[in-house]
Amino acid sequence: MARANRPVSGRQAWWLLATALAASAPLAQQVPLWLSLAATSAFAWRAALTWRQWHLPPRWLLVLLVMAGTVGVFLQYRTIMGRTPGIALLVVFLALKLLELRAARDAVATALLCYFLVLGQFLFTQTIATALLAGLTVLITTAALLAASDDRPQPWQQLRRAALMLAQAMPFMLLLFVLFPRVQGPLWGLPQDRFSAVSGLSDTMAPGTIAQLSQSDAIAFRVRFQGAVPAQSQLYWRGPVMPAFDGRSWRVAQTRGAYPAVPYAGSGTPVDYEVTLEPHGKFWLFALEMPATLPADSALTIDYQPIARQAVRNRLRYTQSAWPAAIAGEKESPAVLRAALALPEAGNPRTRAVGATWRAQHGDDGAAILAAAESLFNQQLLIYTLNPPLLGADMVDEFLFDTKRGFCEHFAAAFVFSLRSAGVPARVVAGYQGGEVNPVDGYLEVRQYDAHAWAEAWVAGRGWVRIDPTAISAPSRINSNLAAAIPAGEGLPFLARAAWLKDLRYRLDAVTNGWNQWVLGYNPQRQRDLLASLGMSAPDWRSMTAMLSVLCGAVMLGLTAWILRNRLRVDPALAAWRRFTRRLAKRGIAWQSWEGPLAFAERAAAQAPLHAAGIREIAMLYAGLRYGPAPQGSDLERLRRRIAAFKP
Amino acid sequence: MLAALRHRMHETFVRWALRVRPPEPAPIILTQRRVYVLPTRAGLAYATALGVILLGAMNYNLSLGHALVFLLAGLGVVTILHTFRNLALLEIRPGRCEPVFVGDVARFALVLKSQRPDARTSLRLFVNADAPLEVDVGPQASTLATLGVAATKRGWLPMPRATIETTWPLGLVRAWSYAVPDFNCLVYPAPAATAPPLPWGGEAARGATRDGRGADDFSGLRKHQVADAPRHVAWKAVARQQDGPLLTKLFSGASAEQIWLDWNTLPDAIASEQRLAILARWMLDADAAGLAWGLRLPALQLAPDNGPEQLAAGLRALALYQDGKG
Repeated sequence: MARANRPVSGRQAWWLLATALAASAPLAQQVPLWLSLAATSAFAWRAALTWRQWHLPPRWLLVLLVMAGTVGVFLQYRTIMGRTPGIALLVVFLALKLLELRAARDAVATALLCYFLVLGQFLFTQTIATALLAGLTVLITTAALLAASDDRPQPWQQLRRAALMLAQAMPFMLLLFVLFPRVQGPLWGLPQDRFSAVSGLSDTMAPGTIAQLSQSDAIAFRVRFQGAVPAQSQLYWRGPVMPAFDGRSWRVAQTRGAYPAVPYAGSGTPVDYEVTLEPHGKFWLFALEMPATLPADSALTIDYQPIARQAVRNRLRYTQSAWPAAIAGEKESPAVLRAALALPEAGNPRTRAVGATWRAQHGDDGAAILAAAESLFNQQLLIYTLNPPLLGADMVDEFLFDTKRGFCEHFAAAFVFSLRSAGVPARVVAGYQGGEVNPVDGYLEVRQYDAHAWAEAWVAGRGWVRIDPTAISAPSRINSNLAAAIPAGEGLPFLARAAWLKDLRYRLDAVTNGWNQWVLGYNPQRQRDLLASLGMSAPDWRSMTAMLSVLCGAVMLGLTAWILRNRLRVDPALAAWRRFTRRLAKRGIAWQSWEGPLAFAERAAAQAPLHAAGIREIAMLYAGLRYGPAPQGSDLERLRRRIAAFKP
Repeated sequence: MLAALRHRMHETFVRWALRVRPPEPAPIILTQRRVYVLPTRAGLAYATALGVILLGAMNYNLSLGHALVFLLAGLGVVTILHTFRNLALLEIRPGRCEPVFVGDVARFALVLKSQRPDARTSLRLFVNADAPLEVDVGPQASTLATLGVAATKRGWLPMPRATIETTWPLGLVRAWSYAVPDFNCLVYPAPAATAPPLPWGGEAARGATRDGRGADDFSGLRKHQVADAPRHVAWKAVARQQDGPLLTKLFSGASAEQIWLDWNTLPDAIASEQRLAILARWMLDADAAGLAWGLRLPALQLAPDNGPEQLAAGLRALALYQDGKG
């Protein structure tokens, strides 16, 4: 088409440059610095081309630059597949596309590249701010497409029209968003780097791993309880259980997924709740101790840790219930107990000696040894701190008897070690403790700084018993929260401490949670639930598609009505004149459309001399209205009255 | 082969699409039933890109990706409606078309009228897709669009089928319609490049002046008429009177400056089209010389006169000459 070959005008070039900037600027953090600089200079070059009306760079140079960019991306990532390299390549293409804007059709190509970049942005973040920014980018892109069609209007006019069109597109978006049958991804394998930067618990625990998390106020998961929120001291969110110890770090058992259902009997009132888990890239799910039911697609490991069949790579919602007073593992298998007794060959002689004393004193009485261990921790006056001193090879000994300062992982590790050295099976449990109820929406928010580690000991007749050694030394950590337990002056996430910001934070978190739950978490399950609650019985893709078609059709009709709202409007004077001529036609005096009103009046007057005066007056009025210099409304009114009164 | 098939299918579609047997009486209103909408190449690329984005959003479970695709899909639908609205209910009337000679370009002036309260932007009109004409029509206004068509044959040249299309606002869809207005252009035969000299005398002597309005001897004055040659204005007489009308000098006699352009005086060997060309050349020359000339065709005779009206009548007679009927 001739039009598509028209060269790009200066205004169009500015629009496309603005579009490219809006689409690529938010990705500056994700692409390497050299690429950001290169893209910036390409944009500057484009601006100079437009400003100075220079010639476009020759094609061979562009080909060379594309090749250089691709090689650069490859050298950076060692691949051009995957998320970040893909986006880096898109940035290269976009920057160079701007340098070869020859014809108007290049505008569409640029716009499409920008849409892909917006999608790429969503791979990294999908917050409300991102959505607003993306909306702005789409607005600018639409205005640029408008300018590509017609570059005469002023920028604000283009933006206004683009906003109008997007506003008209909104109903379609909402309908499609709610009703388009959702498919649970992934449809095919995801690139390896999809989930790189997620923080959370890991499957090993060495000194410092949990203390690191205490610096992050990112949400780990949110919980909505069916009934009242249990007491703070009951909120132990069971995560990876770590029975294996190599002298320095603890790690989870190698075997997985033994129980398809909970293997112990329930007791007491179950607590029902729903968890919305932020993606952490690992398999485990967090459950209030002790889990009473399992979420769909999950199983319980032999150490009662719920794990999902697939790694949690998307925000996951599941319902679960807990028995706070369940007795688990009353008849524990010998293999598990053996694993819970294993100690390295050497190391920590002082603790071993203490353990041996307990063993000699209490024999097989696990409960008594437990009490002895607790009293030891009590006597030692251990200090709970985020900045413990560095420990050497015998870390348990040094912590218990020398430095006496540590974070929860030190407490848990030392406690489990001492129990094992006294012959009591014990293991470390990592997870989260506590959480804060957001008063705005009632969700309990568990943050990374709520990460915690505690101990679990096996006592004959009582099964696995939870002991939190941190609570012995710093009860406020368990009964209120981290900020209360840490001595003033130690580094904490700003938000964990600043009380005056709390209200604002709660509100923001509630908004974010609503966004997460209803926009980002709108998955096939939630879609079915919502549609069922709206009265759709058994919503499946067929009924959704049918409803979608009906509603989209209705919107289309509405818009079409708007489009054709001004059909051909007949001139009111002409309409009145037609009424008049129809009346005369009944008398056999037909008006010919080529006949002027005055000529017709003369002819009609000759044929109907009785009405000659009336006919002439009407014709004069009509001619004046249609062809006169300044037609007046009162004349129209008079014409109408005369015609109404005219009875031939 | 394939191109021929495509062409035939297109013609069949156009015949169906026009709905009225051409030519259509004015005004032609592009009602919604005769405005067609299809995506452009850019629109197809847009749709494909949306599909790819949707797949990506599904694969990565990106809720905002879904929202992006749905917003853009809605935008696509909206742009269909806007493009359609840009063209629908446009009114087309034939305007003026000045006669031209064969070999010139006939200029069909169409009046595009919009009754909408907002402007119609970037409408493209063409007979031949290579040379589209781009016009805007203001709110409740008319615009003149002149389409050029090469005149290759003398006689009435009917306006060929015009396509009117628009891809405004986003260039993603194209709305178009066809119009064949009842609109003809008179095409005069091209004047011969070389022609025998003007036929002085001979036949000319026979043509007596009946009305005395020749160009020879001054015989009086009368009120100036628009068609009178400016050279015959009595400037001196006009200058003598205050604010009087222009006066034209009348001449009598004029046997010497009055000629007959006669079909039959040309040698028999000359074919009829060539004769017409020569006659056209003579007419132009005689007119340029200010002569009064008459025309004799086998079945038509034009009394001697001069001026633009005479020239137009003569050329029209030549343009519409038909062998055997004249």
